[in-house]
Amino acid sequence: MSPPLLGVEEEGQSRVSSPSVECISHNGLGIRERNYLGLSDFCSVDSSGVPDDNGNNLNLKATELRLGLPGSQSPERETEHCFLNSGKLDEKTLFPLLPSKDGICSSSQRSVVTGNKRGFSEVKGTIYTEKKWMGHGAVPDSQSLQPVSHGKYSVAQASVKKDGPANVVQEQPCTSNGTKVNRTDISNNSSAPTAKAQVVGWPPIRSFRTKTLTTSSKNNDEVDGKPGPGTLFVKVSMDGAPYLRKVDLRMYSTYQELSSALEKMFSCFTLGQCGAHGTPGKEILSESKLKDLLHGSEYVLTYEDKDGDWMLVGDVPWEMFIETCRRLKIMKSADAIGLAPKAMDKSKKDC
Amino acid sequence: MQKEMAYSFPDEVLKHVFSFIQSDKDRNAVSLVCKSWYEIERWCRRKVFIGNCYAVSPRMVIRRFPEVRSIELKGKPHFADFNLVPDGWGGYVLQWIAEMAGAYPWLGEIRLKRMVVTDESLELIAKSFKNFKVLVLFSCEGFSTDGLAAIAASCKNLRELDLRESEVDDLSGHWLAQFPETCTSLVSLNISCLGSDEVSFSALERLVDRCPNLRSLQLNRAVTLDKIANILRRAPQLVDFGTGNYAAELQPDVFSNLAGAFSSCKELKSLSGFWDVVPAYLPALYSICPRLTSLNLSYATIQSPDLIKLVSHCPRLQRLLFLIQVLDYVEDSGLEELASSCKDLQELRVFPSDPFGVEPNVSLTEQGLVAVSLGCPKLQSVLYFCRRMSNAALVTIAQNCPNLTRFRLCIIEPKTPDYLTLDPLDAGFGAIVEHCKDLRRLSLSGLLTDHVFEYIGTYGKKLEMLSVAFAGDSDLGLHHVLSGCESLRKLEIRDCPFGDKALLANAAKLETMRSLWMSSCAVSFGACKLLGQKMPKLNVEVIDETEPPDSRPESYPVDKLYIYKSVAGPRFDMPPFVWSMDEAVKILH
Repeated sequence: MSPPLLGVEEEGQSRVSSPSVECISHNGLGIRERNYLGLSDFCSVDSSGVPDDNGNNLNLKATELRLGLPGSQSPERETEHCFLNSGKLDEKTLFPLLPSKDGICSSSQRSVVTGNKRGFSEVKGTIYTEKKWMGHGAVPDSQSLQPVSHGKYSVAQASVKKDGPANVVQEQPCTSNGTKVNRTDISNNSSAPTAKAQVVGWPPIRSFRTKTLTTSSKNNDEVDGKPGPGTLFVKVSMDGAPYLRKVDLRMYSTYQELSSALEKMFSCFTLGQCGAHGTPGKEILSESKLKDLLHGSEYVLTYEDKDGDWMLVGDVPWEMFIETCRRLKIMKSADAIGLAPKAMDKSKKDC
Repeated sequence: MQKEMAYSFPDEVLKHVFSFIQSDKDRNAVSLVCKSWYEIERWCRRKVFIGNCYAVSPRMVIRRFPEVRSIELKGKPHFADFNLVPDGWGGYVLQWIAEMAGAYPWLGEIRLKRMVVTDESLELIAKSFKNFKVLVLFSCEGFSTDGLAAIAASCKNLRELDLRESEVDDLSGHWLAQFPETCTSLVSLNISCLGSDEVSFSALERLVDRCPNLRSLQLNRAVTLDKIANILRRAPQLVDFGTGNYAAELQPDVFSNLAGAFSSCKELKSLSGFWDVVPAYLPALYSICPRLTSLNLSYATIQSPDLIKLVSHCPRLQRLLFLIQVLDYVEDSGLEELASSCKDLQELRVFPSDPFGVEPNVSLTEQGLVAVSLGCPKLQSVLYFCRRMSNAALVTIAQNCPNLTRFRLCIIEPKTPDYLTLDPLDAGFGAIVEHCKDLRRLSLSGLLTDHVFEYIGTYGKKLEMLSVAFAGDSDLGLHHVLSGCESLRKLEIRDCPFGDKALLANAAKLETMRSLWMSSCAVSFGACKLLGQKMPKLNVEVIDETEPPDSRPESYPVDKLYIYKSVAGPRFDMPPFVWSMDEAVKILH
């Protein structure tokens, strides 16, 4: 394995965890979408000049679906996705495999499939040579026959490989400095929980596992000032609602945020329009209306703490709350009478 | 001549022959031969597996297979494991139980995965099936210890009660005492998911005492180390054991008691549990290490040197061990040690100890996996979390382990490129699909362009399940997969720039798959509606928790999309945030 370029290795490692890695790698490597299926040539012309940004952005016009009647024109379709062999995205082409009675459809489907197969068979057997992977991008000349598109890819890759790291090295000093600065800023700010936003469901670890690991690390006293594990899901139930929801308490930093999130989540219930399919409409309450409902006399937010007691939400500081809260419940005010009245006033102020 | 032979077999003979055919695939093939075979086969099918509980209705199953004794159902999409499926989505088992209660009085086995099981369902099971033997609730939720008490009390011949990874509402620890004194039939009991106070230990001891056939026992965390010896001495016939808490202050008498108890278990082959492990107690296992084939240390915060010590004390371990699940505390060095000792290793899973940390906390890299691939040529199944990877490493792994059937790699930071060359990891994963011709399951991560999907479409002919996240550049990527992967059954995608075109162009493919999940992609509401309209054999469901999709322009992308084939039509238990694109359903709105 060839050693990484000087200066790149360390940068590489810090870049791996930098949030700006995406734009750097795309621009630095200049990877472009190629027509490597070996279909119509005109498509490659179009794609060569197109920077990645266009490819990534949602071109809403292009995705706009129209019932393409035969003979109709779709003037401004993007031609980059030309595997369908035409710029038109009419329905017939989109559904080549509708009931086989439709002869037109099945033939266009066939052409698409063979087109693909042709492309793949050309590519097959020529892609994976070890040499290429060892980072030198040299494709043995004898193998770069017809597949123009494939050849393009490998050549591009070779040039990219040479240029890429160099580009990256030039660009990196500013960016990595930038990110380093950001990180120290954030770590100095003690109230911010983590240095980057939490992506839901990533990394893909079952909540069962993170839960058991959480309690394990707490027991072992290994929490040494590090931010806690990423998620803290608790169940939320509401009187009269047919099922529970779950919220991640670590997504919020104040009672206000939690309260608004819950309002949004349960808004469909409060007007009694939940449940069995077939109920008229799915009108969503406007937020202000719901706030009135929640803040008014109808419902209060309560939680069960680690000792199994039900308390009104809002009494304790937020950090303490998320430590002790096991589950939440939106109760009708009438049912919450047993809870301390003093706390009740307080919660009306806070929530 | 052959036709006459077929007709000359009486039904009983065919029935007897069919009874040797166990696999669903074969049975389905048998039922397609001719009408009479279809009839005979359906009356003698005893086991039914339903991979998606909404693909068919209970009534349809009952109508076709009237004499079922064992049923397995799966509910929520796989991504529900990672909190991507909102609560209340569905997967309720109650209706199934209710219908089967009437139709299958002799139902003996129920296995559920990712379903919502209420206490009412459990009580109904307890009441309705006199010969109930096996209940497996894998990653289920919605029930409490009250429901378990009902099962324990009523099921006189219960053989298996397995609650692995389920969420149980803890109301009381006394449900175990509900097993009557006459219950001696338990073979397998897995209560590892229960919280601290949900088990009455004395009831557990008595239960273990009176069940001489108990082979598999997984305790929960509440059972402390000193109690383990008691249990083991009552069940020396155990084959599979999950310890509870494996932590205590080191006391010589506790240690020797434990070591003695383990050594009396001559059949013990598989170990798990080890919560809060104290390394000083690991040597108590040395006597059984030579026999171990499966070791799950994925909850044991065990440092690498201790693992190495454990492995090195078991000179014969190399020949028997074929499953290891460890935390990445084990590090590259630990994996290298493993690779040199455990030549028969078939499955490796390495979980991250600090998945949300920004900086890596341990020295676990791609090198560990490369070492295992070099040392363990029989490797078939890999689940590996790490923070860096290279194409070269992946190529090496692919070449060393051509027998891989499951390869799941999670590079923790999304879109991480090859750390050596800064390229996308297309070529590396391409090598995996090219060399591992029997690959059935693949999970991708790291920086990936459309090219990786081209490789997957070209080579992944046996691929049945593909998981994709933060990858690809355009619809071409999705198109490659849908058009190239002939065996594809389950496809789950999140945060990829895949839109309408590939999906619509390959609409028919969806009818050959079990399901497709796409979240945070670029599929428009209009495309979903079109699919719903044109493909009556598919259920197209849009999930959006913030607002109804038709309150926005049709070209707007949907938040989450779940498409699955179904003969039962749209379902009736959708919560308000799930919209069906089926035409018939629309009319009711």
